Amino acid sequence: MTPGHERAETEGTVRPDSIELAEEARSWRSAYVHIPFCARRCPYCDFAVVADGERGSGETDRYVEAIVAEISLEQAPFRLDAVNFGGGTPSRLAPGGFERILEALDGRFGIADGAEVSIEANPEDWAPGYAQELIAVGFNRVSFGIQSFDPDVLTSLGRNHSPEQAERAMRAARDAGFASLNIDLIYGDPAETDASWSTTVGRALDLEPDHLSAYALTVEGGTDLSRAVRDGAPAPDPDVQADRYDHVADRARGAGLVRYEVSNWGRPGHACRYNLSSWMMGEFLGFGTGSHDHRRGTRARNIRRLDAYLERVEIGVRPRAGSEHLDPFEKERERFMVGLRLAGGVRPGAIGTAFLQNPDGRRLIDAGVIRRAGDRVIVARPLLTDLVARSVLSVSPGEC
Amino acid sequence: MMTAASRIRNFSIIAHIDHGKSTLADRLLERTGAISEREMRDQILDEMDLERERGITIKANAVRLDYAAASGTTYQLNLIDTPGHVDFSYEVSRSLEACEGALLVVDASQGVEAQTLANAYLAIEEGLEIIPVVNKIDLPAADPGRVAEELVAVLGGTVDEVIYVSAKTGQGIEDLLEAIVERLPAPEGDPDAPLRALVFDSYYDTYRGVVSHIRVVDGSIARREAIRFMATNLVVEADELGIRRPASEAVGRLSVGEVGSLVAGVKEIDLIRVGDTVTGAAQPASAALPGYREPKPMVFSGLFPTDGDDFERLREALEKLRLNDSALAYQAETSRALGFGFRVGFLGLLHMEIVRERLEREYDLDLVATAPSVAYVANLASGEQVAVRSPQDLPDASVLASIEEPYVKVMIITPSQYIGTVMELVQQRRGEMGEMTYLSPERAELHYRIPLGEIVFDFFDQLKSGTRGYASLDYEPDGYQISDLVRVNILLNGIPVDAFSTIVHREKAYAYGKAMVARLRELIPRQLFDVPVQAAIGTRVISRETIKAKRKDVTAKCYGGDITRKRKLLERQKEGKRRMKMVGQVEVPQEAFVAALRLET
Repeated sequence: MTPGHERAETEGTVRPDSIELAEEARSWRSAYVHIPFCARRCPYCDFAVVADGERGSGETDRYVEAIVAEISLEQAPFRLDAVNFGGGTPSRLAPGGFERILEALDGRFGIADGAEVSIEANPEDWAPGYAQELIAVGFNRVSFGIQSFDPDVLTSLGRNHSPEQAERAMRAARDAGFASLNIDLIYGDPAETDASWSTTVGRALDLEPDHLSAYALTVEGGTDLSRAVRDGAPAPDPDVQADRYDHVADRARGAGLVRYEVSNWGRPGHACRYNLSSWMMGEFLGFGTGSHDHRRGTRARNIRRLDAYLERVEIGVRPRAGSEHLDPFEKERERFMVGLRLAGGVRPGAIGTAFLQNPDGRRLIDAGVIRRAGDRVIVARPLLTDLVARSVLSVSPGEC
Repeated sequence: MMTAASRIRNFSIIAHIDHGKSTLADRLLERTGAISEREMRDQILDEMDLERERGITIKANAVRLDYAAASGTTYQLNLIDTPGHVDFSYEVSRSLEACEGALLVVDASQGVEAQTLANAYLAIEEGLEIIPVVNKIDLPAADPGRVAEELVAVLGGTVDEVIYVSAKTGQGIEDLLEAIVERLPAPEGDPDAPLRALVFDSYYDTYRGVVSHIRVVDGSIARREAIRFMATNLVVEADELGIRRPASEAVGRLSVGEVGSLVAGVKEIDLIRVGDTVTGAAQPASAALPGYREPKPMVFSGLFPTDGDDFERLREALEKLRLNDSALAYQAETSRALGFGFRVGFLGLLHMEIVRERLEREYDLDLVATAPSVAYVANLASGEQVAVRSPQDLPDASVLASIEEPYVKVMIITPSQYIGTVMELVQQRRGEMGEMTYLSPERAELHYRIPLGEIVFDFFDQLKSGTRGYASLDYEPDGYQISDLVRVNILLNGIPVDAFSTIVHREKAYAYGKAMVARLRELIPRQLFDVPVQAAIGTRVISRETIKAKRKDVTAKCYGGDITRKRKLLERQKEGKRRMKMVGQVEVPQEAFVAALRLET
């Protein structure tokens, strides 16, 4: 294993899913269903969430019916290759609710054979029998929000489970027959140390996940974390996070997981189809509070507030909060910029070609941040992807 | 309109910023019916936006008022506005020369300030009659008695001569108007002598060309008359003569003692110089009025467009600004770090700030300004002398015999309890103490000799903060003197950045280098590689820091819905990037160049 491989990641013997699979993903279509309910609000989270005790937290049944109603507002058939339930905490919902929603999706659009049907879950919700019930209603992939195996970090992140609960949940899911298991980790919390991160990564890999997501703790505006940092609490240190990233990248590779996106690793064939499709500018439908939707070059988003969402849907109105339509140039630029996040790279197209020839692009090539590989451009230092993307934004339509 | 010279009073108002000069001028206009209360606009004489915002006057301005005095006689009062800041003392002296008297206005709660005093001394030197005025007597904190005594201590005379007013409420304005007609002398020129008129200000008008403000000293000037500008020997016809009330009004003639504007179809500001004398082309005066001198830049700074493509626009903007500001001097300069730009000379720091702001605001230019420096003189071993207006001009040490730097005489007025603070500050700046006078037991006037280079950075700010804002300052040039000076170079990634190099006293070089390097390490964002920042004298490095390479710049999580938000975030961040300047391979934000101006040594 090359230490500090961030400086120039070489492809391993196994090709990342993001080349062949990603090309296929371009034509996939998927659906995202947002389940906003949570036991409590994690200090770093800025998603549309309703925590226990907050207004509307008891309205799960009404919410399921609203999702079904929102689905029924759709006209066109739209065969789905992936369905993803995200949150919030989807695992707060009883299996019957998922059954209602999946039936509605299948009835309205058709869920393809072999489609990825995935749920985000918290380990503490994984009661005996729950896994089997989820499989029975059609799920084949689960993504656990484990975040850490260090109890201090879990407390600091406001999580409700213990490391042991996380391990039990993974085993139970495996035993129940889920085809693909993911572990989400968060690195760079100030309570974390090099040693505890090493332990976290080790215990996660020992569970032999098919997929691993490792995200840097990010201070988003309007969260408890951002208020704490503003009031003097320690903020995540980007250099420490870079070290932690290098560490997990090395260990994941050692365990046979292949990085296919900045923060995502998978065994061959286990890349998350829903995500891969969205990164390849595939079309997806969004249902539920704060969800996003992308069809025919239009990006739309739903209302975030639960009560407003319910009111709209219940009177038969689309609960949109806004949308934007991209012109061909913006669309192409987005394709290139988002594609840069993929380990397999992206075809440069007109914008990428102009970028590689302008001074910014040449400087990044000279510095080894990006490189050409065949007909693709690859960010060799994934932790600098945004720096590359900002430079791409400077390319004007006139240059292409 | 003819007015006998005996019924004319020409005067200006001398006051410190915030002591109420503009409000008082407004009140005089209102009382004499020049404007109705409805038309009343605060501070009507300050025209430029920038002047309004900063509450200061940069260009002179003259307004004619008709005042029916208690005696029953109606007088023509010409109020000639003067700039209030030390940077513009040359303009002040020109304006004062057009007057016979001045109102010295002092805030009843603040007392006499150094600038006011400096301008008052200028007025006295010009032979003007001074009327001491204590303003803002309506304020709860007013202490008119104490302030009147200060005025008497400074000007002589007796407390009885002081007029007490509140420009805000109008209290005492009648007394003041009566004092103006009774105490100020009428103009004394010879109405039958050949024309001699002083140009005390000029500005450029897009449609009419150069507009001059003139004061007729002898004879008279009529419309259509052929005239001669004596310093430039320019012969033209007087196309337009005018006065302001404050609305502009054309007149056919300006007679002895009168003040007004003159338009003569001249398109080049250089041909009409402030301080020049206008005379008749047919019957010229034998001698010009005394006193024209070239305004001399004291402070220099490099101005560079952030975007190299804007160089020509910057040149055009400077040309246009110079039409209105003959004190502005500039020449093209090339910087290795910053590309093509100009080395611009200013009267002082305020002048510099104003010019920069006008360029950015009125001409929509994005500029990088380098640290201000003064004009040094390098004495070469060969005996030759070289002017050094920019640190890069300094000849190599091997041919250099010595360096001279400009000194200024500084006058500071401060409350007595801060004398120690002021002395310490001045000592840090290599100042030599001169005399000290107590204006009253509470306030003292201190005189120093200080290298100009020591006060161009932040001396005034330091003085203000060290005395809780109470001290005031004025300075005037006081020749050159040899000093032990060195050039400190700043190297970024091993390459000297001329924009950051500076000339300082040898004893301060180390502290300067260390502070500058530390500051740049903070201000320059991390790059793709480690960037060493060094300060060096010649080849000797005196301080070093490293800006560590950037390792992480990525959004951790990018899910489908987030793409719009992520793109918008990147776009916002890119805007910040636009204000970066590439120096070699290093991206340097504009603030870094500006920060050099604010560096504390």
